Parts: sequence; structure tokens; C-alpha cells
Amino acid sequence: MSTSLYTAALMASTSKRQPVFKAQHLLAVSDLSVTEIPKLLDLADSYVEVNRNAEKRHAILTGLTQVNLFFENSTRTQSSFEIAGKRLGADVMNMAVSTSSISKGETVLDTAMTINAMQPDFLVVRHQSSGTAELLSQKVSCAVINAGDGQHEHPTQALLDALTIRRHFGRLEGLEVAICGDVFHSRVARSNIHLLTKMGAHVRVVAPTTLLPSGIANFGVRVFTSMKEGLAGADVVMMLRLQVERMSGTFVPSQREYYHFHGLTEEKLKHAKPGALVMHPGPMNRGVEIDSSVADGAQSVIREQVEMGVAVRMAVLDALARNARKQLGGA
Amino acid sequence: MKKAYLNAMLPAGPGGLLIENGLVATVGPSVTRDAVGSASVVDCKGKLVLPGVIDMRVFTGEPGSEYRETLASASEAAAAGGVTTMIVMPNTEPVIDDAAMVDFILRRARDTAKVRVAPMAAITKGLKGEMMTEIGLMKAAGAVAVTDGTKSVTSAALLRRALTYARDHDMLVVQHVEEPGLASGVMNAGEMASRLGLGGSYAMAEVMMLERDLRLVEMTGARYHAAQLSCAESVAVMRRAKDRGLPVSCGVCINHLVLNENDVGAYRTFFKMSPPLRGEDERRALVEGLRDGTIDVVVSGHNPQSDDTKRLPFAEAAFGAVGLDTMMSTMLSLYHNENINLKRLAEACSEAPARLLGLQQGCLAVGAPADFCVVDPQLSWQVEPASLYSRSKNSPFEHRALEGRVVETLVAGATVYSAA
Repeated sequence: MSTSLYTAALMASTSKRQPVFKAQHLLAVSDLSVTEIPKLLDLADSYVEVNRNAEKRHAILTGLTQVNLFFENSTRTQSSFEIAGKRLGADVMNMAVSTSSISKGETVLDTAMTINAMQPDFLVVRHQSSGTAELLSQKVSCAVINAGDGQHEHPTQALLDALTIRRHFGRLEGLEVAICGDVFHSRVARSNIHLLTKMGAHVRVVAPTTLLPSGIANFGVRVFTSMKEGLAGADVVMMLRLQVERMSGTFVPSQREYYHFHGLTEEKLKHAKPGALVMHPGPMNRGVEIDSSVADGAQSVIREQVEMGVAVRMAVLDALARNARKQLGGA
Repeated sequence: MKKAYLNAMLPAGPGGLLIENGLVATVGPSVTRDAVGSASVVDCKGKLVLPGVIDMRVFTGEPGSEYRETLASASEAAAAGGVTTMIVMPNTEPVIDDAAMVDFILRRARDTAKVRVAPMAAITKGLKGEMMTEIGLMKAAGAVAVTDGTKSVTSAALLRRALTYARDHDMLVVQHVEEPGLASGVMNAGEMASRLGLGGSYAMAEVMMLERDLRLVEMTGARYHAAQLSCAESVAVMRRAKDRGLPVSCGVCINHLVLNENDVGAYRTFFKMSPPLRGEDERRALVEGLRDGTIDVVVSGHNPQSDDTKRLPFAEAAFGAVGLDTMMSTMLSLYHNENINLKRLAEACSEAPARLLGLQQGCLAVGAPADFCVVDPQLSWQVEPASLYSRSKNSPFEHRALEGRVVETLVAGATVYSAA
């Protein structure tokens, strides 16, 4: 019996499925404790194996409904959640709201309550305003998963990044992780900082000061403005996306100046440890924050991150479903 | 005709209050049962008798957004909170920017409101910050000051002229001090905002606008009032300006005296206000500024908002909190904490606003209008939406227990609120 079939069989025995974490929703990294994160990553690891099989379906969420409520355009996160739900046997519905009700003046809460009335089991929410997932979780009766809220958090991204890193190094503790670029506007950066520092990694942020949020030093990170110093001795170099509207004069003077000082080139990457991992949450601006030669180079794990994304989201859906059942059983 | 409130605690100490024909007839320790003759008598049993609050910063929805608040509903909340005069802001639809609108507000208030109402009128037409309003005509119609309310007059040239012109009419100019470019966020800039992923507004945005304005006051000699300070540095700037003898004064919102940015917690929009709640050190400096007299006035900043403007993601929600209902109770928390005494409370809530705006009420002196409230300082109560008279329920004190509550409020000697 191969390992993957064994783990699949193990997970299929639903009667023995233990809770992975306590929270009823996944809104922020702070919903997970230091002991729960490794358990969740273990579960995700087992789903990586499942996903590499020819038969990827694993019907533990049969009969459950997952609604992806995306107020912001997203290709990879939405499809990742969709595939994750479908592989676990849930009925998945995508709602692209940016073009429908909101333009008719309906508030985000009204939209969510309307969907809630249709009795979904999971609500996966992405919204351009910080705190929206939190707001919805207070009002709806299903599990809410934050798929990115404004500049606040994107917890499943941090989990998939952690899984990617852990699979390479076997651990998170003690690693030197440099998060580079537009930290100011980045929910990915915030979630990663919280998760990695919680798990004992040493995090630095590297960016021009205009792209650093005030009080960032109190997040338990070291702050650098030079890539050379910031990357020195790093095990992991995590690049962030710089949005086009922020490139020209408001936060940084120009695309080419940004590339010159903060774009990740093969030369700058040499300051990091040999073989350091290069990561990017996507979508990338090639030639702005990252060179194609680095993005597609031997040290890049960017495509692996996407693969881990599906596994992590399956693990999150699985874990939340266990908690929901526990809740019903206890009632 | 005559009514006596005996065995009370007045701002100046124990005593009584005799009122006749809507005016204060006698006040002080000499007012005892033997001294009031045939007057009907209320035994206060040691409760507080304080001049009614003159609230220099009240927003209603009338005209334009009556579903949020009318002058009538705001006045119910005011009476329950010990506020006997509401100074309403010009940020209405249409804007209070001409004499006819001033007249409209005064007539509506006369016909519908329980407490006294006086409007501040706009400094600039339509609050657009471009053209000066008819300051003299509006004053003649009954406007007590000019302000653009929630907006700063950003053009230095325009404000200089408005100050110069207002001075000719001895009109107080009230400014919302916030440099808009640096104050584009939705809460206080700093670690808390960064953690929540919310845009921040810097305290320095307030300080620099205040400092600029004070230079304009120096140029023009006009009477100037900064509507609300929110940080320690503004208090220091104001202290220096007063030491130099400039004709300036300032206010603070009760929320900034008793709450701080941590109250925002998990995106609670009832704590979203302008200027934003700041850190605890700033709050303490404001309390000290109030205690030592640098800050002249405390306001409720009453700003009714409903579900459609508050039950939204934090960044999209409206600014503002209701405060009339809870005004006296929250002020009393400063008294209970021994931050200020009763005399200072009465000065900041009643006497100073009356002096700045040229009003007769605001002081329990012989011959003054009998606008006052009787307060049980120990009566504790829980603030619940149902306990608020305001039509909107966006109170930052929702579900909190407050110690001290108004039991009776009188305007011109007539009871407008009674807890009994």
C-alpha cells in the first residue's frame, strides 16, 4: 500500500476525524494557535499527496455548499478555492459580485445575508475593504474563510507559503525570511509576518520607507530599505506585487527606479544564502519587482506555491467542516 | 410661579436654586426651605444641580436626512443628556449658508424642539471652500458663529479674508482643524491602523492646520475657535497661543476624552470619527488640557448615522457618533475619575460656550435663564439602543455601564425631561 493511498484511507474514515483547530471561521492568522498551525499544515501535506494521484476526488464534503463571494477580481485564489471545494465533493458556486448587486447599491452585508439565506456551509470572501470578512462572520451562520480583505489579511496565502517553505526546509523555526516590496498595501505581507513570527521564523521586511506601514517595527520584524542588506543571509526571499497605480509618482517615483533598487535580479539574489527559495504570491510584474530569469530560475518555487494553495484550502475546508459538525453534534 | 430646588450640590458647593418666571431668582447656600416662602419645593437630597449643557457641535439630519435625526428627535436626546442648548452645524442639505436657512432652522426649532437651538452658519457657500457667505446677514438672522463644520477651510487666502471680515461683525470663526491631504485615512495613523490594514490619518495633520490658522489669527485679530482637538501637540500649540494673548479658544469632543483608538477593536464602526480617536497618551493630554483650562469647551459631536452608513466595512462607513443622550453621564465619568471638578465641568460644558457665542444662558446666576439639570451622580445605567432618544443608535457607549444620569432637565424653568 503506497503512502498516498494509506493517508487517503485514513482521512476517509470520518468517524476518526479529529478537530484540527478551534475557530469556527478563518479570518486571520490569529485564529490559529502555535500548536494548530503545524497540524493544519500536516493535513495539507496529506492533500498534496491526494492531489498528485490520478483520482483526486475525496468526497468528504458531499452535500455541503461552498459559495465563493469575490468582490474583487481574482483568478488564482478563486479557482484555487473552487478546485479545493470540488475535490472534496462540495457543491461550489462562484459569485462575481463586483459586476452585479453592488453596482445596484446593495451593501456587502445585504449581499452576504441574501446568500446566507440559501444555507451555504462555507462562505469564501474576498473584498477590497479591511475587516469585511470579520463583519460578515458576525452576521452569517456558516463558516467564513477570508480570501483577502483590503490591506488586512490573507490567511490561506500565508498558510500555503508556510507549507511551501516547510516542505523545503522541514521546519519554519529559525529560518531567515525576507519579505520585499509593497508591504504597506499588502495583506499577504501582514498574514505572512504574523504566521512566520508566530512559528519562530525571523522575518525582515525590505522596502522603500514609503511602502512600509507605520509602526511596522512593532510587528516583530527587522526593517531594511536596501535589498543588499535585507537579503543578506536569507533562507527565503518573498517578493510582493507592486500595483501599477502605485508605481508612478505617488509611492515610488517610477517603475524603472523601483526595479533598479528593489526589483529582484540574479545579482541581488546572490546576497541571500545560496539556494535560497524565491517566492511570489502572484500575479507577477516581470521586470518590475522580479526579473524573469529569477522568477523562472532554479531557486523559484512560485509554481509550487500555487500547487500548495489547493492543498492548503482543502485542509482549511476539511478542518472547518469538522468544527461545524462538532458544533451540530454538541447542540 | 416660584419653584425651589433645595439641598442640591451646585458647581460652587452645596446650596439651593430658586427660579421664578423662567429665570434664576436666587442661588447658593442661602436658598433654604425657610428662605423660599410659598415656592413649590423639590428636595434634591444632595443630587447635582448644574447649568444645562450648551453643546457647540451637534449634527442633525434636518433638513435633508430626517430619517437619521430631526431637530425634534435630537432635542429629546439632548434633554435626556442634560443639554439645554444645541448649536447645530451647517452641514445639512441644503447647507445653512444664507440668512433664510438660518431663519428656517430657528423656526423649525421653535415649533418642534424641546430645548434651545441656535445654528452655526457656513463660512463658505455650499461648504465648498471657495466663496465667503453673508456673515453679517446670517448673524443678524440669528447665527451664533460661522464654521464649515466637518470641513476645514483649506485656502489660507480665503480664511484670512473670512477672519478679517468676521471680525468687523464680531463673529466667531470655528474651524475643523485637519490638513486633508495628511488626514485621508479612516482612523489614527500608527501601529493599530497598520495591523488592521486601515488607512491612517496623522495627528500632525491637525497640528499643522492649527498652527497655520493661529498665524492667520495673528494677522487678522479675529476671534477663532478650533472645534475639536485630538492630540497632545495641539494642546501644547494652543497653550502657547493663549500665553501670547491671541483671541483663540478650542474644544474637545467627549469621545476623545474617554475613549482611545484601541476601542476600534475589530473594526467597530461606531468608533470611527473625525478627527479619529488616538492613543492613550494623547487622550491623557487632552484631559489635562481640559483640567488646566487650555481646552475651553467640551462638545458631544453628536452625529447620527444609521445602518446604511454604519453597517459597512470600516473604510466605507461614515464618520461620527451620537452623543447627546450620554453627554452628562460621560462628562461625569471625568468627575468620578477626579480628572475635573464640578466647577470645571460647568465651565467647559456651559459657561465657556455661552461666553464664546454671546448667549444669556449657561450660568446659574441671578437673572439668567433657568436652564439647568438635576443629576444623580451615583445612578448607574446601561446604554442600550432602546435607551437612546436619538433616532440613530450609533453610540460608542452601546452596552457600556455609565455612572450618573440626568433625572430632570429644565429649559427656561419648564421641565423638558424627567426620568420619573
